[in-house]
Amino acid sequence: MPELLDFEEPVGVLLKEIEALSMLPDSDQRRQDITRLTERIVSVRAELYRGLTPWQRVLVARHPSRPTTLDYIERLFTDFIEIHGDRRFADDHAIVTGLARYRDQEILVVGHQKGSDTKQKIYRNFGYARPEGYRKALRAMQTAQKFGRPIVCFVDTPAAYPGIESEERGVAEAIALNLREMAMLEVPVVIVVHGEGGSGGALGIAVGDRILMHEFAIYSVIPPEGCAAILWRDSARKVEASAALKLTAPDLLGLGIIDEIIKEPIGGAHTDPAAATTLLDEALHRTLGEVAALEVNVRLELRYQKFRKMGSIGIVEEAES
Amino acid sequence: MAWFKKARTPIAAPDKASRVPEGLWVKCPECDAIIYTRDLVKSLSVCTKCGHHFRLTARDRLLSLFDGEHWVEQDADLKSNDPLTFTDTKPYRARLEASRKATGLPDAILIGVGRIDGSETVVAAMEYAFIGGSMGVVMGEKIVRAAETALARRLPLIIVSCSGGARMMEGALSLMQMAKISAALARLDRARLPYLSILTDPTTGGVTASLAMLGDINIAEPKALIGFAGPRVIEQTIRQTLPDGFQRSEFLIEHGMLDLIVDRRELKATIARVLRFMMPNDAA
Repeated sequence: MPELLDFEEPVGVLLKEIEALSMLPDSDQRRQDITRLTERIVSVRAELYRGLTPWQRVLVARHPSRPTTLDYIERLFTDFIEIHGDRRFADDHAIVTGLARYRDQEILVVGHQKGSDTKQKIYRNFGYARPEGYRKALRAMQTAQKFGRPIVCFVDTPAAYPGIESEERGVAEAIALNLREMAMLEVPVVIVVHGEGGSGGALGIAVGDRILMHEFAIYSVIPPEGCAAILWRDSARKVEASAALKLTAPDLLGLGIIDEIIKEPIGGAHTDPAAATTLLDEALHRTLGEVAALEVNVRLELRYQKFRKMGSIGIVEEAES
Repeated sequence: MAWFKKARTPIAAPDKASRVPEGLWVKCPECDAIIYTRDLVKSLSVCTKCGHHFRLTARDRLLSLFDGEHWVEQDADLKSNDPLTFTDTKPYRARLEASRKATGLPDAILIGVGRIDGSETVVAAMEYAFIGGSMGVVMGEKIVRAAETALARRLPLIIVSCSGGARMMEGALSLMQMAKISAALARLDRARLPYLSILTDPTTGGVTASLAMLGDINIAEPKALIGFAGPRVIEQTIRQTLPDGFQRSEFLIEHGMLDLIVDRRELKATIARVLRFMMPNDAA
């Protein structure tokens, strides 16, 4: 059972009751009670997840058991071969790239990897990519372009790594170049924001023809803690900041930033990764088909126009009175 | 109740005001020299003693670059409508209003088409006094239109950055301006038109991680703060004090991120020189 978040306490109470019951000698009554409680958990969870606040969505998106990019790769694709290194400096472990088979076609996969246990988390730098990660991603994507293979990018990062060596080796340049070159990739590019879409660190591998986003994922210009520290001068105001930033999937769909929300199982993807994968599979397959059907020039023009329009919703044109 | 309470130090505003203040005499924050304001204006707000670069307004920047101090402003009427109805300690609308009053600009950018050393050029200059020069939807749209103008009329594009990064009060819409602008710069790049990025103090965050690093030539003013993550965020991450000069122009050029560091008084001549290399002879 994945660990529970604070707001899931009502579920925890029911789980404890079940645990207590299972200590008792077996009886019909006991079995009935357990069944009743188990059903109750499902309905309580459904109720909780129907009304998640933005901050609660942040917690779900960052859930330690939330499926990672490698989890989805393993479940969705076959014949995966990871390719390493930017051929400039190093291999960044916070971004994975590789060749994979998806249903009947060869694709390139790129994604942030946060790591699922402590050892992995350290190895993956908690999903904070350095410049090498973005450069490896671009190199791999240009290889996919050379061989005419579609690209799927999985986005799940708190941010690009804010450290001295990141700055020394030009993390800003690495991200900037990806933004420019991904806009021109001739092959289909589908983005899946499945966890945390942490500002420029996320966007650096998130320019494509379609942007799909999981129901409880988040995507933001700045982490709510950082926003609160700057604008409220108090990082404890993260709850208010997370609401103000409009970082949830429904908000972003409304703002025209994402194209589609991928539903998650009740209680979030981590409660049933298999079901979450099935839902993603359906959307990904359909989307790749749609995008691949377009002629290259049409696809590039539509990709340009897609980003070109972002923000128009926030602009008025009026002469100074 | 937590056992340990984190000490929260609010992020303080920079202590040195770098813009040229009003009045007859100005004290340089770098060398403490007292400078006659008129001399400072003549030297493009560079300290005549130590070369400290005071911050320029967007308007003064265009004045410093265009021949005859003349240009035609583009898209002057675009304004943000506060798409998220954002409120922190005060409403974003109030911040916008205050900044509009203080700067006389509708948002943090000014676009002009004029001549530099005789050649017609599109120049975008950011205004730091407008919410830290932050990049929101208006800046994104105006820069993309500037790039599209440059593309349609086959003119060079110059963007003078002076910005803390993406504008938080417009959320992910601000973030997407990075992709939107970079896509427009890609088209300019493929059309083999020059794009020069001028990085001034400060150029950080999403502005650095998009347009500011994509110039055919990246030129910085001396000692400008240029980086992706802010110094305070890095210090919090690594729990160390950063070395002197970290994320300054001189640090970046040593690490291969800049082509040139140019004194403001030489900037126009340098731009003209670079454009001669990039533009066909008959157009110059």
